[in-house]
Amino acid sequence: MGGQAAGAVLPEDHDYALWEKRVDALMVLCSSKGYFTVDGLRRAIEDMGEEAFETMSYYERWVAAVNQNMIETGAYSLAELGERMELIKARGNTYGEAADA
Amino acid sequence: MPHDHHEDDFHHSGMSPSGHPYREDDDRPLTYWQTMEIAMREILIEKGILTPAEIARQIDEMDSRSPANGAAVVARAWVDPDFRHRLLNDASEASREMGFDIGPLRLIALENTADTHNIIVCTLCSCYPRNLLGLPPDWYKSRAYRSRVVREPRKVLAEFGVTLPDSTTIRVHDSTADMRYIVLPRRPDGTESMSETELAALVTRDSMIGVGLPKSPD
Repeated sequence: MGGQAAGAVLPEDHDYALWEKRVDALMVLCSSKGYFTVDGLRRAIEDMGEEAFETMSYYERWVAAVNQNMIETGAYSLAELGERMELIKARGNTYGEAADA
Repeated sequence: MPHDHHEDDFHHSGMSPSGHPYREDDDRPLTYWQTMEIAMREILIEKGILTPAEIARQIDEMDSRSPANGAAVVARAWVDPDFRHRLLNDASEASREMGFDIGPLRLIALENTADTHNIIVCTLCSCYPRNLLGLPPDWYKSRAYRSRVVREPRKVLAEFGVTLPDSTTIRVHDSTADMRYIVLPRRPDGTESMSETELAALVTRDSMIGVGLPKSPD
């Protein structure tokens, strides 16, 4: 993306939400334990294509990329993830409710 | 109607019109990606790959890192020529000397001088001296900054309120996964009598990214 045309740099920032901090921690811990490298993370993000950059937030792309790498490395399966996500959705309608198992 | 935009926000998955994430609070509707985070974390804990304590500690460590750490390093370099030399030689080691955990990454300090100004970016993703400065601001990760700063740095600087003489050379440094940069800004004039602690208060985050200058005294 370096060198491409783009709009003004808006001096925006936000406080990170807990779920974003957790994604960050999962990335750092799993990569430091050797499950993937930063290059693996970036490859997964780049594979998502242009549209993901427009429609997903930063940590949404990260959680998808960490998950992709962890499944590829065999830490857990797509089926395990899917089953767990269904269980979590049944716990409540907000992050706070669903994250408290 | 305090929540009249709630539904709308939800359908945009937390994105603002400019492509930046909204703040997501715990009482907002659960999103698909949040559900994935919870699921992944629980599975990794159950399989013994991670512990809850490790995750909590990592979050605490990241929260404790802030631009104040980098400011302390810069101020030390301004008052101690030997330290400045060590910093420019090996910024990771010099930062560790001050008690900051830099991790395995190679950190390189870029010194601004009377005729050269340095700016850092990561055009590929969002590499940032996070172990020293904490997590990057949203704009550092934005498409606009990453695309434009390498092509028209003076225009981008102007948008941050910084105008440099045409005679100043601007160098833009593109970070990589294994190599991070931090800018060592110039010590402002009129600060000769200031203490190291007072000097550190002049050093802003943006001045260590290179899109700002240190504050002036008083």
